Amino acid sequence: MGTTDLTACGRSLGKETGFRKKLMTLAASIMLATSAQAATPPTAEVNTTGLAVTDDTVKVGILHSITGTMSISEIGSVQAEKLAIEQINAAGGVLGRQVEFVQEDGASDWPTFAEKSRKLLRQDNVAAIFGAWTSASRKAILPVIEQYNGMLYYPTFYEGLEQSPNVIYTGQEATQQILASIDWAAEEKGAKTFYLLGSDYIWPRTSNKIARKHIDKLGLKVVGEEYYPLGHTQFNSVINKIKLRKPDVIFASVVGGSNVAFYKQMKAAGIDFTKESPLLLTISVTEDEIRGIGGENVEGIYASMKYFQSLDNDNNKEFVAAFKEAWGDDMVIGDVTQAAYLGPWLWKAAVEKAGSFDIDKIREASPGIEFTKAPEGYVRIHENHHLWSKTRIGHAQRDGQYKVVYETEDLMEPDPFPEGYQ
Amino acid sequence: MFDGYTSSELMSIFAMQGFAGLSLFSVFVLMALGLAIIFGQMGVINMAHGEFMILGAYTTYLTSSAFQSYFPGLFGGYFFIAMIFAFLVCAALGAFVEWAMVRHLYRRPLDTLLATWGLSLILQQAYRSIFGAREVGVTLPDWMMGSIQVTDMVDLPINGLFVMIIALSIALGVYFLMYRSGWGKKVRAVVQNRPMAEAVGINSAGVDRATFALGCGIAGIAGAAFTMIGSTGPSSGQAYIVDTFLVVVFGGAQSLIGTIISAFGISQAQSTMEFFLSGSMAKVLTLLVVVGILMLRPEGLMALKIRR
Repeated sequence: MGTTDLTACGRSLGKETGFRKKLMTLAASIMLATSAQAATPPTAEVNTTGLAVTDDTVKVGILHSITGTMSISEIGSVQAEKLAIEQINAAGGVLGRQVEFVQEDGASDWPTFAEKSRKLLRQDNVAAIFGAWTSASRKAILPVIEQYNGMLYYPTFYEGLEQSPNVIYTGQEATQQILASIDWAAEEKGAKTFYLLGSDYIWPRTSNKIARKHIDKLGLKVVGEEYYPLGHTQFNSVINKIKLRKPDVIFASVVGGSNVAFYKQMKAAGIDFTKESPLLLTISVTEDEIRGIGGENVEGIYASMKYFQSLDNDNNKEFVAAFKEAWGDDMVIGDVTQAAYLGPWLWKAAVEKAGSFDIDKIREASPGIEFTKAPEGYVRIHENHHLWSKTRIGHAQRDGQYKVVYETEDLMEPDPFPEGYQ
Repeated sequence: MFDGYTSSELMSIFAMQGFAGLSLFSVFVLMALGLAIIFGQMGVINMAHGEFMILGAYTTYLTSSAFQSYFPGLFGGYFFIAMIFAFLVCAALGAFVEWAMVRHLYRRPLDTLLATWGLSLILQQAYRSIFGAREVGVTLPDWMMGSIQVTDMVDLPINGLFVMIIALSIALGVYFLMYRSGWGKKVRAVVQNRPMAEAVGINSAGVDRATFALGCGIAGIAGAAFTMIGSTGPSSGQAYIVDTFLVVVFGGAQSLIGTIISAFGISQAQSTMEFFLSGSMAKVLTLLVVVGILMLRPEGLMALKIRR
């Protein structure tokens, strides 16, 4: 803007003395330089540790599985992160620098994640990494990112019991997701007995441990707890057990392809979720998973998460519209996809607060950072690097969307090392 | 664990548990038959068996979408046509794979193992590129999703019954083809003594190709049937492959009857133990028992006595 005005001005004055013209140009160029300096502080100042920052670009890394078994889940996160980066660039970038991304494929293989994160940090010198999905891949990246002092924005809801100075956890940790949902089932639905069911690995087991402690605390009863190997496809026996024990609530944390088998077989065995006896409460089925399971097979179940695509607020409407415009009308957005979208924005806020791309300064600046434009509503980074966020209960509809039936009044405090729950 | 239940409740649970065991049995039979034909009759370890099954599942998915948009009135019956398509598509790909790859490796069993494993990776990535990395939802006609209520407590899932009927028909079909038809006689002749079979004028290369195609085609039908109970995604086939090999190896590689007996034993053991223990423990115990028996009988339950 300033430039065009000045040139126009200079042109109108052009007929006057050459000296004046020169003076004007000089003034213009000085003003340009100073204004540019205000928006983009010199690279030497904002980058003292040799990151890939130039006068007008900054490089970040995206590290998810786009091949292999986890790509089902992780591609949504990649799309959300790219969208956020694009929007940040359109709004002027970070400290006046356009954000460029280097994308690497973790290939659903944990050692590959470690190797690729090393490559991103050592070879590309990225200023931040947005990535990892499963806990296993995060654990693989962790030593690398701590050794080379990088910053990882991790999107998935997970089991907690971790707090790294080099990771910002943008998804919920287990207590945020679980405590509110069990309170809700007990208060709103009068649930007395629970059946805990999950896939056999760390997240469902830790989650159910927390759930069991909380259920005990409320004076209610757990009538069964079961784990099935990942990829298990035969649930008839456990369905019979559930029919025998007649729990009020099935608390499910089955993941991946097993989900499809589980819900289809429940339905085929004559369990109609819309009748809510038993009521099914899951912490693992997002809108993304429903696409594979089929809306007609999960109609009536409840899910406890922090985000649903149907959330009714202006931020979310904008986000959903932008996401569909970027990636196609038939896209669905699940909890983790939204959390992945937060990553680049939280990083931008931290960099701008710190006035620097240096990892140590970002770490110091991060706690307390607020993001008011989050699709899920307002979020804030806690001292422990997790997010304050609300927990919501969604009711699955036949079209594969959740209708929000409950949300916690206040933000839930993240508590990755919950006392009395371990 | 049975305190506080009435005897009628217990009876109905045992009835349903028996049914659960039988439907697991039919799933195992369906999975294993295709592999048993290829492994048993040709000695080829087809690591891409799961991917052939998923090809069948994707064919079902495509057929269902086509019916939904072009012949919505006939949607209730599309599944039968989908199974035929699944068989044809998988058999065609199987014949091509045999011609292009497997036939060059007949005398090198370890190499076929690697080659078919590579094929499985190629197929997985191809599915991912064509159909997307996300699982696809196969819409089933409504009549296939419900259950038949026998008493208040006992519900028999229709899709379970349906899988049983398919498994039974295919097992019978394979039996007649292998043991009651001229073609089956040729296949068995080639298995037992290849040079001699060739000497009496059997085209052993043609028999090989047809056998491989048949095994893959049956895998396709199994994949179509499994859209009722499992997921359809690029790597869903991996979920079946371990159980499939378990059943075939335990049964004795060269005996189709052995495959069926072993499918029955493993499914009953697993579903009974799943009822009394947790899912993961049941699996561990089943595997331990199988390993134990295989140590005593390395050839599997039903070893075919042939001159080598």
